[in-house]
Amino acid sequence: MDLFEYQARDLLAAHGVPVLPGGVAETPEQAEAIAREIAAQVVVKAQVKVGGRGKAGGVKLAEDPETARARAEDILGLDIKGHVTRKVMVAQASDIAEEYYFSYLLDRSNRTFLAMASKEGGMEIEQLAVERPEALARIPVDASVGVDAAKAAEIVDAAGFPAEVRDQVIAIAVQLWDVFTKEDATLVEINPLAKDPSGKVLALDAKVTLDENAGFRHAEHAALEDADAADPLEAAAKAKDLNYVKLQGQVGIIGNGAGLVMSTLDVVAYAGEEFGGVRPANFLDIGGGASAEVMANGLGIILSDPDVKSVFVNVFGGITACDEVAKGIVAALGQLGDEATKPLVVRLDGNNVEEGRRILAEAAHPLVTVVDTMDGAARRAAELASTAA
Amino acid sequence: MSIFLTENSKVIVQGITGSEGRKHTARMLASGTAVVGGVNPSKAGQTVDFDGTSVPVYGSVAEAMKETGADVTVVFVPPKFAKDAVIEAVDAHIGLAVVITEGIPVHDSTYFWAHAQGGATRIIGPNCPGLISPGRSNAGIIPANITQAGKIGLVSKSGTLTYQMMYELRDIGFSTAVGIGGDPVIGTTHIDCLKAFQDDPETEAIVMIGEIGGDAEERAADFIKANVTKPVVGYVAGFTAPEGKTMGHAGAIVSGSAGTAAAKQEALEAAGVRVGKTPSEAARLMREIVGA
Repeated sequence: MDLFEYQARDLLAAHGVPVLPGGVAETPEQAEAIAREIAAQVVVKAQVKVGGRGKAGGVKLAEDPETARARAEDILGLDIKGHVTRKVMVAQASDIAEEYYFSYLLDRSNRTFLAMASKEGGMEIEQLAVERPEALARIPVDASVGVDAAKAAEIVDAAGFPAEVRDQVIAIAVQLWDVFTKEDATLVEINPLAKDPSGKVLALDAKVTLDENAGFRHAEHAALEDADAADPLEAAAKAKDLNYVKLQGQVGIIGNGAGLVMSTLDVVAYAGEEFGGVRPANFLDIGGGASAEVMANGLGIILSDPDVKSVFVNVFGGITACDEVAKGIVAALGQLGDEATKPLVVRLDGNNVEEGRRILAEAAHPLVTVVDTMDGAARRAAELASTAA
Repeated sequence: MSIFLTENSKVIVQGITGSEGRKHTARMLASGTAVVGGVNPSKAGQTVDFDGTSVPVYGSVAEAMKETGADVTVVFVPPKFAKDAVIEAVDAHIGLAVVITEGIPVHDSTYFWAHAQGGATRIIGPNCPGLISPGRSNAGIIPANITQAGKIGLVSKSGTLTYQMMYELRDIGFSTAVGIGGDPVIGTTHIDCLKAFQDDPETEAIVMIGEIGGDAEERAADFIKANVTKPVVGYVAGFTAPEGKTMGHAGAIVSGSAGTAAAKQEALEAAGVRVGKTPSEAARLMREIVGA
């Protein structure tokens, strides 16, 4: 889960990292009130989870509370690369003497954590890594050892931070490691980490990504989710504990196992090329050992998607039993009655497949077609989607 | 021969008294696996009965190994306790730890992987179906009745695609099929399995299944080019996955332009791997290679 800047800032502050005073506003009035409290020049920043907001007009300075209100009015509702701005952060503006960069992240390739630091911050780090790789220190961090003051000093010295900020940055590096591990983050990135004219080092902007698998030890993280951005179908699926992703297409997909479902999307997209570019409408993995009820819940979500013109149920029964899948299909269609109007193509293989096919044959529902192979079923589902009104 | 798991493997189950542990222990036993014990500190001294087979429960992995000579553990404990369970297995110097548990925080898996470095334990998973050497032993949740012993080696990030491929090539059979898991940090990689299959005299050809996210497939392609002389057929899932969305597996995500299926396919083909457009096409390519 990627956090908004204001959420990341709050998390940093909670772990003692120096940040500037500020708050988040959903209305111009709230922005004005925050600016009044800060009682200094402020910066009003769009809260969107995408880069390049400054160039898009999403970051503005304001000399006084009234101007902060006006700038917030400009920015709220602004569309930045497809992300609508619903909140602004109002923070005390700071003169910047120097800009640095610091991050911790998961390094998948090397199965370790990585500290990256540079005394040249402010620009996009991907750009710095390409243009001046020697300016970016990359120090692996052993997960079973972590970052103490000595390790932090190693990172800071490798990046060549100026002597006058060295101790401050070392202290911040230890605090950021605290954020990274205690909050179960996979990314904590400070850009810029800035020195103000008085010589104090502060985190001025931050990106934090949290590991959703660690939710069981962070009940408070649930409140950080962005309910506004969730697709309504994704929200409905999540409420039923279904692993669902909405896509732009016409063939609803249900399968078991993440790999098989991803593969099903691809096979449908290939087959769809023949039928005017029909595409998969969603990813839905009902998981291993799914019951008839889970199957029925999944089908309910898919059939409620107005974009869906046909449905492809693709199950290989390993742990999952094909007869349970078949029962779920029959039950869901029974519940929907006349509301069910979209054709279903079903491919079952593996565990209890004969019984599964028998159940479907016996129900003989007019909307259901059983096809033996995955490729053949994908083709049929794409064809049905292309001919549906 | 087979890799990592043989007819002589003695298997224990961490979390044997939980519902998943119990269900899959029964299946492992039914497929002929030597499940010699279970571990649960609060139920040590008890036994769990499976259709006539009584499996003793020990208080620790070390004790279970001492009493039974176990060399493989299969971990079913819930995510909250998985880190400690794996560390316990590593500290007991067991040869193979197969971590089935899905949903382990990546800080925990990165920690136990680091902890295992330089030790005696190979970790497979987490978030994986385990591995099977058909007809010999089955450590995990892969159905044993799909296929038989044979000459194909299989390594896959995905459980159901493993089953699908085993099913497509069921008449030829498999030396070992390894599900390495779909998490961002896993213990045994495609490369580890490719190396073992290359060295296994029984394996004549290898199927490698990948998916979006990370660069494991690209690295495997480099390894194949330099080290693998046996034919390799590939399949990669996730061409239609949108950027920035996690597709079921915690590790299955395209980030910016990194981790795309197209890049993985290209890297594999450049290494001489024949890559199927669909699982069925990959199976057909394998049939051409082994002449069956």
